[in-house]
Amino acid sequence: MDKTLRFTLDGRPIEARLGETVLEAATRAGVMIPHYCWHQALGNPGNCRMCIVEVEGAAKPQVSCRLPAREGLVVRSISPAARRAQCSALEFHLVDHPLDCPVCDQSGECGLQDYYMDIGRYKSAMREDKAHAGKRLALGPHIMLDQERCIMCTRCTRFVGQVSKSHELGIFGRGHRQAVDLVPGRALDNPYSGNLADICPVGALTDRDFRFQVRVWYLDSTESICPGCSRGCNIFVHTSTRRPWQNQGRRLARLKPRFSPEVNGHWICDEGRYGFLDFDSKRLGRVMRLKPVSEELSWDRAAQEVAAALRRKPVEGLAVAASGALSNEDWLAFKELFVDTLQARRFLFAPEPDQAGTEDQLLRRREKTPNLEGGKALGFGTKIESLGWDSLAGDIEAGKVWGLYVIDRDPAQAWGGRSRELLERLDLLIYQGPRQCLAGELAHYRLPATAWLEEEGHFTNFQGNVQGYQRALQPLGAAKPDWAIFADLERRLKP
Amino acid sequence: MAMTVRPVSRPRRGLLEQSYLWEVARGLGVTFRHFFINLARHCLRLAGLRAEPGAVTIQYPDEPAVLGRRARTRHRLLRRPDGSPRCTACLLCETICPARCIRITAEESPDPAVEKRAKTFDIDLGMCVFCGHCVEACPVDAIHMDADQVELAAYSRGDMIWDMPALMRDTK
Ligand code: SF4
Ligand code: SF4
Ligand code: SF4
Ligand code: SF4
Repeated sequence: MDKTLRFTLDGRPIEARLGETVLEAATRAGVMIPHYCWHQALGNPGNCRMCIVEVEGAAKPQVSCRLPAREGLVVRSISPAARRAQCSALEFHLVDHPLDCPVCDQSGECGLQDYYMDIGRYKSAMREDKAHAGKRLALGPHIMLDQERCIMCTRCTRFVGQVSKSHELGIFGRGHRQAVDLVPGRALDNPYSGNLADICPVGALTDRDFRFQVRVWYLDSTESICPGCSRGCNIFVHTSTRRPWQNQGRRLARLKPRFSPEVNGHWICDEGRYGFLDFDSKRLGRVMRLKPVSEELSWDRAAQEVAAALRRKPVEGLAVAASGALSNEDWLAFKELFVDTLQARRFLFAPEPDQAGTEDQLLRRREKTPNLEGGKALGFGTKIESLGWDSLAGDIEAGKVWGLYVIDRDPAQAWGGRSRELLERLDLLIYQGPRQCLAGELAHYRLPATAWLEEEGHFTNFQGNVQGYQRALQPLGAAKPDWAIFADLERRLKP
Repeated sequence: MAMTVRPVSRPRRGLLEQSYLWEVARGLGVTFRHFFINLARHCLRLAGLRAEPGAVTIQYPDEPAVLGRRARTRHRLLRRPDGSPRCTACLLCETICPARCIRITAEESPDPAVEKRAKTFDIDLGMCVFCGHCVEACPVDAIHMDADQVELAAYSRGDMIWDMPALMRDTK
């Protein structure tokens, strides 16, 4: 099966696997043949006609997405004949296209714009008026449709048919009246709908929350891992820091999937995609002692005081609440501080119930933190058992727990109305995390930590893949990575 | 590159040059030549004999400056026939501006045919280099540099920033 074929594309030798098309083999070899309808994960209906190429010996040009690679085939994709055929295909796509690039969010990353500039037939031969259709139709919570910009590639209908299997979209009408639209009575609300904005090669399907926020050419892209669940989808993080007045001042503009054959393929879910856009809200940047006397501290002073406080009473009564949001680097420093040095016994890191959610067959996992697996490798969940929030509450009420060290977790989500009373009973409450929450308000010490995009590290996903993420943004204020805070405390507590 | 020394010979001045008298006379010669040519041109023009104008001194700022027809002056944001701004907030001018002095934020327009419009549009005229690139970049001809205003001084840097109402004030 793994037979390799050799053919020539524009004078360049290309290797193809048996059964591959010319377009697939060329793409794999890094040669770009223009195309819209073919998508690696969605098949090749061959309706856009953009990938048309000249084949030696064939009477007419052929579409390379439906042309099986054969040994010795000679293909030309940039010869005058091939270019003329591609140019005609593009002209047909532009017959009814409104060319409203100035207002279109896809502008700057649009297949139509790219090939139009590339092929360079800037004067329209059309004398007729353009057909008009629906503009800014909100299809669901996340996606906006502009029917005039659609080029009928059918990627979207194939996605809802083959990938999300939710079948909300269809193609209605014929000729100039043909349009993509919702199936009557449906809304585009499947948990993977955001991917449609990525696969639509033009600006027909765009993100509602990204709409008019910032132009794509102002964005910076960083490779990262989604921290939304234990799948650990590979993503690109698009940040907007060059023009701070754009994007309502928020630094994080959007998340986009990054192809990974073994983890997430081409897709990500909507929870992950849209779940982190308030990244900059409620952020902590100052090292604080809040009780008994409120005062801003230096890291040195804070570490000194916290280290002393942790040793003040017997360690049996100290509980530590962490989560799978810690990176592998954080987990190691965490273990060295709390298990090896302090020898604490009460840990809470299980996702119950505040960090658990829906799961499905495609990508989403029940545990809504990225790295429980990294903790497991160090014994958290195997050698060391996790408490539940309820049993911890019981222990606090019974006076068995005097101190609680909370790392980026909100007890209020589990305890609800009881939380304030429970947290105020404690002799020592330390909150360490990137965002303010009830525990941060009631804490004796509040230590600001960097959030995922402001540090680099590794997450181990549920399959055991260790995946690295890069730093995309600068830390705010005095925030330090969790591992650095743990390491500092450990150095002071070591006998 | 290694540093090298290149000797430059001093100009040699004779007695005539060192006395300056000859040079002063030469300079005055130029001045008077222009004076009499201009005088002649003005007289001939008055007599209706010759069309070529003589040079004049403009009493700026007591008299208004005369600007060329294509002079790039303060920006103006143009309006649609219904009076709303023509700008669709495409941000191309902001992108091309070499001085980075344009700041635009966009919003949804209530008019579905317009779709996108500028929510805020500020130009910092204290930073603008009056290159005109913004006018060239605009795909909808929404920005011109023909307000014919060149006196833009203000008492603070903040006052040099013109916002959308100010940029649209004198456009019909
Ligand atoms: S909306 Fe986009 S993805 Fe769907 S058919 Fe039209 S161009 Fe293709
Ligand atoms: S499936 Fe999980 S990791 Fe992937 S995008 Fe969704 S929340 Fe993020
Ligand atoms: S004239 Fe040049 S510097 Fe001034 S706003 Fe326009 S593009 Fe910027
Ligand atoms: S280039 Fe023209 S339409 Fe675009 S933002 Fe500037 S003034 Fe507005």
